[in-house]
Amino acid sequence: MIEVRFFATLREGRGKIAEIGAEEASTAGELIRRFDIPAEEVSILLINGFHSKPEDPVKDGDVISLFPPVGGG
Amino acid sequence: MEERYIRNLGALSEAECALLREKTVLVAGCGGLGGYLIEMLLRLGVGEIRAADGDRFEASNLNRQLLSAPALLGRSKAEAAAERAAAVNPDVRFVAVPEYVTEANAKELVRGCDAALDALDNIASRRILAQACSDAGVPMVHGAICGWSAQAAIVLPGDGMMDRIYPGGAALKSKASLSFTPPFCAALQTALCVRLLTGREVEAGKLYVADLLDMELDSLFLG
Repeated sequence: MIEVRFFATLREGRGKIAEIGAEEASTAGELIRRFDIPAEEVSILLINGFHSKPEDPVKDGDVISLFPPVGGG
Repeated sequence: MEERYIRNLGALSEAECALLREKTVLVAGCGGLGGYLIEMLLRLGVGEIRAADGDRFEASNLNRQLLSAPALLGRSKAEAAAERAAAVNPDVRFVAVPEYVTEANAKELVRGCDAALDALDNIASRRILAQACSDAGVPMVHGAICGWSAQAAIVLPGDGMMDRIYPGGAALKSKASLSFTPPFCAALQTALCVRLLTGREVEAGKLYVADLLDMELDSLFLG
């Protein structure tokens, strides 16, 4: 399983944590699409705490953290 | 030391307080974040504040912007900031620039500054400010808010941090903001700024992310 942690407004309707089978997504970008999150709504993506890109691979046991863009002033 | 700064002592040394009096800080934006940043910098006692904002107050600002008031609707935010500065700490030189940050004026705005505080409300303007700061060798303290969320980071010249915070294509979804989110974010930014200005250790590449709804504060390494 891959653990997905949502932050800030990405928690709305999804909760804080979800799990998804490793066979469901081979990259972080695919995983984001599996949760119906538009690409532009994720600004920071961590894989196991390391800053990563949507094209980076994900595997069983990974923890993915997703942060939305925060940009008001 | 002037009596008004006595309570800074203990947390800051006398030498650090004196150092702050020599520093020039740009506050880019005089809205939600900017109003509180200016207030905190005035009371700390920096040497000069340069405050830029081309906007004017409207009623929707009243729920969170410190400088706004019903009597000031329609007035320039930068000019209101200058009036506040004169009332709170006239010893701080205050330069009000009633203009938005653009590619045309960014270079001049950051010239001679020891730090630039990001109190802007959109990603495009932040990129312009970050580029001007990088070109001029000026450290920047990023801050941004949305709803219950706040984030802050030190952006050093040439470190590419702003592109990691806002990768290409990132789009802002909500304009929501509550009364307590801007001062919280401004406090994070001001603390980071004081560390920069006093020569204390700073951790580049870190984004501090606060969720005031779930009471979480995370430190993300984006280096």
